[in-house]
Amino acid sequence: MKRKSYHRSLKMRQHVLAYSFLLIPLALMVLFIYYPMIFGVRLSFYDYNMLGKSVFVGFGNFRELFSDPYFWNALKNSLLYLLVVPPLQMISILLAVLVNQAIKGRTVFRILLFIPVVTPITAVAITWQWLFKERGFVNFLLQSLRVVSDPIPFLVDPKVALFAIMFVTMWKGLGYYMVIYLAGLQGIPQEFMEAARIDGASESQVFFRITIPLLKPYIMFCSIMSSIAALNVFGEIFAMTKGGPNHATETMALFIYNKAFEYFRFGYSSAAAVIFSFIMIAFTIFNLFIFKEGGIKSYYG
Amino acid sequence: MAKRAKVMRRIVIYVFLVTLSIFTVWPFYWIAKTSLEVGKNVYKYPPDLIPHPVSIENYTGAWRTLNLGRYYLNSIIIASAGTFVNVLLSLMAAYPLARMEFKGKKILFFLILLPMLVPVQGTIIVNYITLKRLHLLNTYSGLIISQAVTIFGIFLMRQAYLGIPKSFEDAARVDGAGELYIWWKIMTPLVKPTIATLATFQVITWWDNFLWPMIVFSDSNKYPLSVALVYLNSTFQVNFRYTAAGIVLAILPMIILFLFMQKYIVNAIAGGVKY
Repeated sequence: MKRKSYHRSLKMRQHVLAYSFLLIPLALMVLFIYYPMIFGVRLSFYDYNMLGKSVFVGFGNFRELFSDPYFWNALKNSLLYLLVVPPLQMISILLAVLVNQAIKGRTVFRILLFIPVVTPITAVAITWQWLFKERGFVNFLLQSLRVVSDPIPFLVDPKVALFAIMFVTMWKGLGYYMVIYLAGLQGIPQEFMEAARIDGASESQVFFRITIPLLKPYIMFCSIMSSIAALNVFGEIFAMTKGGPNHATETMALFIYNKAFEYFRFGYSSAAAVIFSFIMIAFTIFNLFIFKEGGIKSYYG
Repeated sequence: MAKRAKVMRRIVIYVFLVTLSIFTVWPFYWIAKTSLEVGKNVYKYPPDLIPHPVSIENYTGAWRTLNLGRYYLNSIIIASAGTFVNVLLSLMAAYPLARMEFKGKKILFFLILLPMLVPVQGTIIVNYITLKRLHLLNTYSGLIISQAVTIFGIFLMRQAYLGIPKSFEDAARVDGAGELYIWWKIMTPLVKPTIATLATFQVITWWDNFLWPMIVFSDSNKYPLSVALVYLNSTFQVNFRYTAAGIVLAILPMIILFLFMQKYIVNAIAGGVKY
């Protein structure tokens, strides 16, 4: 009898503690994550004014967006980022294989390859802006190696600027994905590779027939992560070009920011954010269901 | 023959690794070089590969004229207060989710994880309006409170608490320990390595944080370094060697932190695969 009441009071106390512990985090999530999701959708149907009256405009903002060439331009730039950066980011697999070899000094190489990941994005973006100047180091290198005769105005030429920034995004992410692939590689028993080598498999056969297939879940995970990062890219663009020259590097994130905080068109910007969020969510869900390993299904594991 | 092939293989690996390492580290060398040179045109072309003469004049100059001390302090305040709040709230939210039975646990956990899918652009506008209404714009508390909860942190800490055997808890309970005591004095010390992982990860995240502080602060005296660098770089005609010195000073603490906390940072990222 006594035992039973002890258990009941323990259950009671645990309930009280559980709810009071969760109260503040949940309240903050409701205020700063759930409420903005819902209110942001509402806002997209208004011509919002911080000071005066907000006017309901129905689908007005969306109609305007669809006829705004800069909206389509931003969407195009974001999709281009998505198509270029994540595939190139797979070089990290090679990095992981290299630093996974049993050689002297591999820890040092791991550190050196990882350093860009921990450094603040705006600091490295300004550094690259400096390297990309017409009289900067990159042009100096390319001219010394006789790759080009005239310097390339990387961040000034609208045809080149976006690709130059993509290069920075890729450079900064290399070590991050390397660490994930390294975790994957360390999960593969070395005997698999050794056995294949003894049977006379070449290094490239070992890599493409054994390593890559066994890394599949990690490749999926990194593809999802780098795709989300590519769609969200903001810091490097803002610090290097602010979306210019002439909107050539303006992605969706920049477009949303500019409309809201340069022009203070909150309703219009929200409409763009709603479309963008739908694209992102659809894309993520699509990925999560296509790739069963990793992702949402492993949460309850 | 086999031995020669092995040596060759090794050489190829080293050539690749050295080239790639130069590629990742060169920009840092170059900005440090720029910040250490004095007395010549910063646009000198072709550039000198090695700084000569070397001087810290640009550092003292930048510190004196660009208000760098103030921005440094702001970054430190934001990173330490932000990380503290992130870790504490993660511990609080994760503990019941991992160790207790209560009604609505599954649905609450699901609701905590769900917004991971929502991009930040979807929330900044409304959060700006909310902070304005709460009169928290242009304040450190406004910046931190709106990013106080990290879903990743809750997930990571929950995993850590889940890994503790039930017997620890029961033994303490038999000894008559209260639930709060068990949480703080018994269970939480056991997840210290994960706390270190999360804290390191959050310090780097806050130090890097750029978009949100730029929006929240209208007073440039409150900018952290990450925002101040862009502001100085685009607003004024600052001597670029000064900016370079500022960049080095912004990068250095993170590299040092990384060298000391390597294992934890790698754990945080590799642990993200499960996340």
